[in-house]
Amino acid sequence: MDFTIPDDLAEFRKVVRRFVDNELLPHEDHVEEHDGLPEEVERSIKKKAVEIGLNAIGMPEEVGGAGLDVLGQVLVTEELFRALGGLAEVVPTAPSILLACDDAQRERFLLPCVTGDKQWCFALTEPDTGSDAAGIKTRAEHRDGSWVINGRKRFISHADSADFAIVFAVTHPDREKDRITAFLVERGTHGFAVGQTHKTMGHRGYRQAELVFDDCVVPAENVLGEPGHGFDIAHGGLSSGRVMTAARCLGPMARLIDEGVEWAKQRVQFGRPIADYQAIQFMLADCATDLQAARMLTYSAAWAADQGEAAKIVSAKASVAKLFASEALGRVADRVLQIFGGTGYMNETYVERAYRNARIERIWEGTSEIQRIIIARNLLKRGMFA
Amino acid sequence: MNIVVCVKQVPDTATERKLRSDDKTLDRDAADGVINELDEYAVEEALKLKEAHGGEAAVTVLTMGPAKATETIRKALAMGADKAVHLTDDALHGSDALSTSYAMAQALGRIGFDLVVLGSESTDARTGVLAAMLAERLGVAQLTQAKKVEVSGTSIAVERVTEYGYDKVEATLPAVVSVVEKINEPRYPSFKGIMAAKKKPVETLSVADAGIAADQVGLAGAWSEVAEFAAAPPRGAGTIVKGDGDGGTKTADFLVTKKFI
Repeated sequence: MDFTIPDDLAEFRKVVRRFVDNELLPHEDHVEEHDGLPEEVERSIKKKAVEIGLNAIGMPEEVGGAGLDVLGQVLVTEELFRALGGLAEVVPTAPSILLACDDAQRERFLLPCVTGDKQWCFALTEPDTGSDAAGIKTRAEHRDGSWVINGRKRFISHADSADFAIVFAVTHPDREKDRITAFLVERGTHGFAVGQTHKTMGHRGYRQAELVFDDCVVPAENVLGEPGHGFDIAHGGLSSGRVMTAARCLGPMARLIDEGVEWAKQRVQFGRPIADYQAIQFMLADCATDLQAARMLTYSAAWAADQGEAAKIVSAKASVAKLFASEALGRVADRVLQIFGGTGYMNETYVERAYRNARIERIWEGTSEIQRIIIARNLLKRGMFA
Repeated sequence: MNIVVCVKQVPDTATERKLRSDDKTLDRDAADGVINELDEYAVEEALKLKEAHGGEAAVTVLTMGPAKATETIRKALAMGADKAVHLTDDALHGSDALSTSYAMAQALGRIGFDLVVLGSESTDARTGVLAAMLAERLGVAQLTQAKKVEVSGTSIAVERVTEYGYDKVEATLPAVVSVVEKINEPRYPSFKGIMAAKKKPVETLSVADAGIAADQVGLAGAWSEVAEFAAAPPRGAGTIVKGDGDGGTKTADFLVTKKFI
């Protein structure tokens, strides 16, 4: 069994670490305080990210992506998310669902996302539907060769800054399956508006908002993929989405542990650094164990995907990684905050910010409960996945 | 235009650096090797000059150092340099600035160049003399401490940083230029760059290959030697000035004794 990270990935990881240290971390106080970045800072981060090839790391090279395999994407994501989400999320990405673009759509939507010139948002969740995604109520009706969308989306990341939304709506309500279609809806389209911006617990600067569709007319050429097959093109990305969410948890865990160790060594109480006390040592040991386990699960799920293991098995492994890593991050943040004591409760510390940011990881990209359902279903049907 | 950029692998300044007790040379195994920071600016400048000259220029990386220095070569190639020459030989171990300049000049003569670019000093030895020595040995113009470089045809102009501002210095190629950190912002290597670097040619030169007289380099050929070294003394407790309305005067008196004012 060989756990070695390939040379070129290890080297690229160092570059990403430097990029994070130099280009992202210095802006953390600003993003925390102002819930966003000055435009010129955001532009400069995007530009440098594109030069390095951090944009759309998983996209194939022929569309301008870095073409990294899943393990490579995991390693880069882990490093990027040592920075707060509000900064890491500035790095341009493109969702794999956009690979379903036809030639004309490619030029208008996919390629500008890869280069960071256009921001997208993924509009699936609704006020009444989260985990039960197939239960969405937004409707699109075929009228005079166009589609008319009505409905409301909620908790949509980047909704307020997106140039276009990938919107899921029911187009074939009478069918049992193949009921839902994906649309590319550009900002400024009549009947399409950004609703309330949510005030969230964490991830300042990485904003979510509502989208409102009121007789929004979208031309047929803006259907992504085939009508009725919206979920077919979306689901391909779900396993890798879960692995990447697991990876997003590794970066903060590693940084929390670094900060916890540093603090424990220099914080003196009762005449000795608190690192001398076993109560603190045990907490640090549990943190290290959590991170190591989360890393192994995440890397091995990524590796399974890269080896072309059966999609169902990859899906189960991705769920295991996402479930464990997101919950481990919660535990690590809680312990490190405890080690910091009152200082860790102060907003100017990374610990306080990371603690708040951690909570959502157990909810989005499939709640912990959904992950358990996926894992259990796999287990009951196929036995333990090797 | 044929640009050669000289880079040096140095111990990471973020880690503890030490000298070897046996021959009093730098312990290169004790710390991670990284590219000398100012040499990154040199690589960036070479790449910018190449880009300004379209495809008509080639950037060759030259380094002198042990086998481990290939990491630094790869870094420069990942940034975008075209090829590299690695001057490496046990006989070079312990060379001082003067003998290093001799060895590098021999290698440069063999490679051929219109312009040599390097950082104005290294973070390990910090002699800051290599550019001048190279220019002298090669019999070409030296333009040191550059914060701006412009090449047009066979003429080169730099802005040379001084204590009072900068001088404008012009010369005719070939020339040696050393750069300071004000000159540019070095690019990050891209993932594609890292992958491409693995396929770029790296030529290894021994002392014999480069026509270097072995007795003029290394510890034996060095003109200077480290006679003795000791760890820096630990910092003292400092002086606490207690103010009783006269804190300012006392502080000023102290600064006068230290000749700060």
